[in-house]
Amino acid sequence: MQHELWNDAAGGFNPVSAPDYLPEAQLREIQLRRLKAVVKRAYDNVPLFRSRLEERDLTPDSIATLADVAKLPFTLKSDLRDTYPFGLFASPMHDVVRLHASSGTTGKPIVVAYTREDLDVWSEVMARTFAAAGLHRGDIVQNAFGYGLFTGGLGAHYGVEALGAAVVPISGGNTDRQIMVLRDFGVTAICATPSYFMHLAEKAMDMGVDLKDLPLRIGVFGAEPWSDALRARMLADTGIQAFDIYGLSEIIGPGVAGECQQHEGLHVFEDHFLPEIIDPVTGEPLPDGEEGELVLTTLSKKAMPMIRYRTRDITTILPERCGCGRTVRRIRRISRRSDDMFIIRGVNVFPSQVEAALFSVEGTLPHYQIILSRDHGLDQMSVEVEVTPDVFSDKVRAMEVVRARLAHAIEHILGIRVGLRLVGPHTIPRSEGKAKRVVDRRND
Amino acid sequence: MKLPQLSVFLENRPGSLAEPLRLLADARINLVSISLADTEQFGILRLVLKDWQAAKNVLERDGWVVNVSDVVAVDVPDEPGGLVGMLDLLAAEGVNIEYMYAFCLRRNGRAVLIFRFEDPDAAIATLARVKLAVVADNELF
Repeated sequence: MQHELWNDAAGGFNPVSAPDYLPEAQLREIQLRRLKAVVKRAYDNVPLFRSRLEERDLTPDSIATLADVAKLPFTLKSDLRDTYPFGLFASPMHDVVRLHASSGTTGKPIVVAYTREDLDVWSEVMARTFAAAGLHRGDIVQNAFGYGLFTGGLGAHYGVEALGAAVVPISGGNTDRQIMVLRDFGVTAICATPSYFMHLAEKAMDMGVDLKDLPLRIGVFGAEPWSDALRARMLADTGIQAFDIYGLSEIIGPGVAGECQQHEGLHVFEDHFLPEIIDPVTGEPLPDGEEGELVLTTLSKKAMPMIRYRTRDITTILPERCGCGRTVRRIRRISRRSDDMFIIRGVNVFPSQVEAALFSVEGTLPHYQIILSRDHGLDQMSVEVEVTPDVFSDKVRAMEVVRARLAHAIEHILGIRVGLRLVGPHTIPRSEGKAKRVVDRRND
Repeated sequence: MKLPQLSVFLENRPGSLAEPLRLLADARINLVSISLADTEQFGILRLVLKDWQAAKNVLERDGWVVNVSDVVAVDVPDEPGGLVGMLDLLAAEGVNIEYMYAFCLRRNGRAVLIFRFEDPDAAIATLARVKLAVVADNELF
């Protein structure tokens, strides 16, 4: 079978994506072999994992089929915190060549480790991520993910190099310089958080640089949830094809899954990561096609194997074969986390629902912030939305109509009353990294 | 004839009116007329000025959201009943007014008013027909 993505710009065979097209039986065989090995590795080297198996009278020999993974205990983020910094490492420091850490907004960060082999796998899955997005040799990729302890920057960096494209390691921030490089270097693709790219696009417009006039054609976006409506807006405003990627430091960093040109879910690089969907309340496995929490097992990690790691990300495994020909299964785009959810007056709300409502009202930019407060013991939710030239009118009545339409759209989706405030442009804080969509002042 | 009017979105907070006006002052741009519409949440500052394009650039460069709309300057006798007589004529002709405010200008015993009509072109035609004086921009700036 021949696929266009296997071919690089020069027309040569690009084998980087080959594992994405493995016959299913062969893929499952590889997964089972690797699952057995990684369980044994964790059992032999990670005391916490070993004691949890012993509590359940399990040994590595308990894994005979892929379905047996459901017998294994979950690993939680708190396990990484409780064993901070190196308690879940399965390799001696002698074999570890890289350490990363999460930003740790609450309490201690979590630390992750890589052996030389782990870095090679990481580069490979990132190269496959970029190949799926249509990148190849000859592309110039501006990597605006932050370099440093965050896995985004270096993960994407080595992936671009492994693919054979050219990486511009500009890291995040310094937006004026980003725009200069974008224009002067003839950059063809950019990696960033979607909110930072929108900030950059806005700044470029202010500077009189129209991104549509540049060779830039592909955006690879991750590290925060974003919507299909934003994808359409990026195409309209900047002329780029936007691709969603998925990953998390605990598993490897970016490179767990990525979109192909079909934009119908993200292909999980299943030969290295085994995905499961569980009911987030009961922990019971759910069949493919049902929505629940994504649980991942690293099949080839050496320094820090993660067995049944609960990602808190809500998605669905899409078992149907993708139109691109890849055999590795897809997950639906992740729009919410069981963590991001907040409860207001008994209603479960995800920020993505508010975003969908705002988009449904014509011409509204996605710069918004949800403010939760408490007034006389009653929880209040208000949404601040920045006014854009598209919706601004000299007539008070027209502005009141815009405000009411936005409020109604949100109330319609959530079924609760919300306050809606139109605020001036650039008044909601822009993050160079992740967007802060919810400000909870209920306990201030 | 139609005049361009700039509208600026203001948040309802202390200092928000002075900020855009200071920008224009620093750019040595003079205002001819100013009006402020306010609601509980936000305000809309409306400006008529000669260098409206320069003013728009200055404001937008600083991140303000600016809208340009057409208004019509009409002069009426500066005496009791002068405005009412004109409004009666417009009402009789079915001309819809979105909002209006007074120009800071009196000339030859007449006062200049700024009207935002629903349909400025139709309104100008009507004003001509009922012989109400529309003030040209070179008479204002």
